Amino acid sequence: MSTPASEALDRHATPWLFATALATTAPHMLHQPLWLSALAGLLLFWATWLWWRDQRLPGRWILLPLVGAGCAGILIEFHTLFGRDAGVAMLVIFMTMKLLELKSRRDAVVVVTLAYFLLLTHYFYSQSILTGLWLLACLWLVTGTLIRLHGGPTSTPRNSLRYAALLCLQAAPFMLALYLLFPRISGPLWGLPSDAHAGMTGLSETMSPGSISRLAQSADIAFRIRFDGPLPPKQMLYWRGPVMDTFDGTTWRRHEGRLPPEHVENLSPPISYETTLEAHNQHWLLALEAPNGLPPESALNGTLTATARRAITERQRFRLSATLEYRFNSAEDPLVIRRNLALPDALNPKTRSLARQWQASGSAQKAIIDKALTLFASDFTYTLQPPLLGQNGIDEFLFQSRRGFCEHYAAAFVVLMRAAGIPARVVGGYQGGEYNPLDGYLVVRQSDAHAWAEVWLDGQGWVRVDPTAAVSPSRIETGIADALPFGEPLPALVQWRAEWIRGLRYRWEAINNTWNQRVLGYDPQRQRELLSRLGLANTDWRSLATMLGIVCALLVAAMMAWTLYQRPAQDPVLRLWHKALRQLSRRQVDCAPWETPLALARRVREQRPELADAVLNVAKAYLQARYGRSDNNLKTLREAIAQL
Amino acid sequence: MLIGAINYNLALGHALVFMLAGLGIVGMIHTFRNLYGLVITAGRCEPVFAGETAHFPLTLENERSTPRLALELEAEAGNPVTTSIATQNSVKINLPLTATQRGWLELPRVRLSTRYPVGLFVAWAYLQPAMRCLIYPRPIASPLPATMPSATNGEHHGDGGQEDFAGFRERQAADSPRHVAWKASAKNTERPLLIKQFAGGSQTELMLDWQQTDPALADETRIAILTGWLLAADAAGLHYGLNLPHLKLQPGSGEPHRRHCLETLALFQP
Repeated sequence: MSTPASEALDRHATPWLFATALATTAPHMLHQPLWLSALAGLLLFWATWLWWRDQRLPGRWILLPLVGAGCAGILIEFHTLFGRDAGVAMLVIFMTMKLLELKSRRDAVVVVTLAYFLLLTHYFYSQSILTGLWLLACLWLVTGTLIRLHGGPTSTPRNSLRYAALLCLQAAPFMLALYLLFPRISGPLWGLPSDAHAGMTGLSETMSPGSISRLAQSADIAFRIRFDGPLPPKQMLYWRGPVMDTFDGTTWRRHEGRLPPEHVENLSPPISYETTLEAHNQHWLLALEAPNGLPPESALNGTLTATARRAITERQRFRLSATLEYRFNSAEDPLVIRRNLALPDALNPKTRSLARQWQASGSAQKAIIDKALTLFASDFTYTLQPPLLGQNGIDEFLFQSRRGFCEHYAAAFVVLMRAAGIPARVVGGYQGGEYNPLDGYLVVRQSDAHAWAEVWLDGQGWVRVDPTAAVSPSRIETGIADALPFGEPLPALVQWRAEWIRGLRYRWEAINNTWNQRVLGYDPQRQRELLSRLGLANTDWRSLATMLGIVCALLVAAMMAWTLYQRPAQDPVLRLWHKALRQLSRRQVDCAPWETPLALARRVREQRPELADAVLNVAKAYLQARYGRSDNNLKTLREAIAQL
Repeated sequence: MLIGAINYNLALGHALVFMLAGLGIVGMIHTFRNLYGLVITAGRCEPVFAGETAHFPLTLENERSTPRLALELEAEAGNPVTTSIATQNSVKINLPLTATQRGWLELPRVRLSTRYPVGLFVAWAYLQPAMRCLIYPRPIASPLPATMPSATNGEHHGDGGQEDFAGFRERQAADSPRHVAWKASAKNTERPLLIKQFAGGSQTELMLDWQQTDPALADETRIAILTGWLLAADAAGLHYGLNLPHLKLQPGSGEPHRRHCLETLALFQP
């Protein structure tokens, strides 16, 4: 297939395409398999090498097997060619392959289109401010490339980039209008591929030694809270996740069956708050204990855990309320009681005998709990790096290693209680949080993940007992960074305690939070709020579309006006001369297009002698100013015109 | 992309898609702006022979402080001219148009278009500058007719003789070897041979007569043969004239005479 000469790609346009391909594919290196990045890098390098040496591009018989190999690799890696990750990988492969096939301008435009698509795919993985800025820069580069392609060899890089910046700046108002007014639909429109929400961190449904300490090493934000009233004391902030009451010796699991609805007596006035939950791909809302005012599409699941009907697969905002003083299920189903007393037989004999010893001594339930807490307070160490435990994990922990993280204490406590005949279970969730004084949000991170215990006492119902508080009170009162010995592998972000670093971090997080709430969190509900604040309540998509049309039409009109009224800069001398001619034409003296200033002056002398001198002066001053050597003749011309 | 952004609820994806939409609209206006305010002035065309390509010169002037790139002018389908004008500058372009027959070739409607900057849109305008180019008849090469004594021959005879040496000129293939200035040529062997030129009536005069062409041929062919003779006579440095029905051009020579004769033939209506 031959290409017309005018459509052929000029040699100096190619580096633009390489830069575009590099800028749009490189960030995917962070999450795609290594071989794919290596392949893409090699292809890019090969294309650049061929261009540099001005060699022929490889033929179809080399490219086709390469494409086949790339697709096969993707198929082996992801087991599909569709879906999110595989789709992105395909785009990356196509992009780099296309660089080996650049012959005409059409090929180059394909590269640019792919680049725009690749820009979109980055948002699957991150929508942070930094990503936004990087992609804005990429958008600029890609648009510059597009302009360079159509400008041909005579365009300079500087001009192309400047033009691209101008276009982007002028497109921004349209973007803003569309962003605010485009009728928003909350997705998804259809089933998402199974890998759509892969790689989210958060509390899991089960608890085994090490599961929470692993999570605690991440500084990722789990959720942000804004209380309507004052901040409750930190040791009351228990964010309730899954309740786990089935134990097999190592792992705690949720009971899967249905439970009767809970009975909660509220003993204090409810406090309401707003939570912005990061995606964790689970159902629980991590509400403050005890939750009562629940958002729609959610309910309590029988264990006082607020759960949403659909998994939280994206950042969501909810309004909730909670009572800090409550009584929960003072009458409990005997089945539940029995389940919360069960222990695997033959495991942890030492622990069981200790607990039975406590029970046999005739102590009250309260006294047994205190005994266990005193035991923990004696010489146990709170650490993120506990030793590995064997089959009788609880025995080993209680009587040998005595080093553990919250899940060890919660598990050991519950086993002790059950063995002593007190119904008990493990509750997973988060504890505490960090208050950001700049924007008033309480930030709860993955490092605040926690596990505590709950015991059922006659007449009081389920009562929260946090054995970690006995071991390390500072964990509950200030946070994990103060509770752990220095040098433990906590994320640096949490560990840094210097005031100024904390101040910077608060500021950065406040900015991030604003970004999340205002920009990313702009959903149909926020859209309605904004419009009703503008005095447009009850807008449906039709009125939105009309408004959008009007705003866009106004913007287009403004741009057209800008386009049409751009006059070339005129010589000031010429402008003055035209002014003089306008004055003359008011006195019925018209200058013909072919008449020189001096010829005009001569004609005026014949026809209108009374004007002759003034006109001659103006003509001479004009000629002197326009063609003379000296620079400062404008004044003379102005004075001459004034005398007309 | 919008559907993808909605489906995955990507806020920045929405922003990107809307940005691209904005770029589209802005690009459309800028494509128009690339043509808007362009000053085009027509130039003078040089005559060509039929079968050759006539060039219509146009001056495009950009008064704006940004360059205008990738302007495409097309007078004849499939034969566009692409040009770019730098900041506050002007370029001169020649619009090619194939000349098929003799006479005046009017410049047809010219399509001025551009896809710059984004390539999504084409802005176009039609120009119709009043320009025409004279097309000379297509010459048919054929042997010159025999020199005929003409009525005017005598007059020139008296004016000067064969002896009135008027200088040298370079030899052309049609020159007789008898006129070669062997001595002068021998001084510089690298140059073509020199021919002695003579002023005066002794030079061969040739009247190219319509009647000398075969009347059985079509009129256009006869004109073409006359043109061929005319060019050959001019190349041979002869004095030649034209004798057409109702029209007679006195013999002469030189560029203005040649031009005049060709114009006459181009516009001749038999």
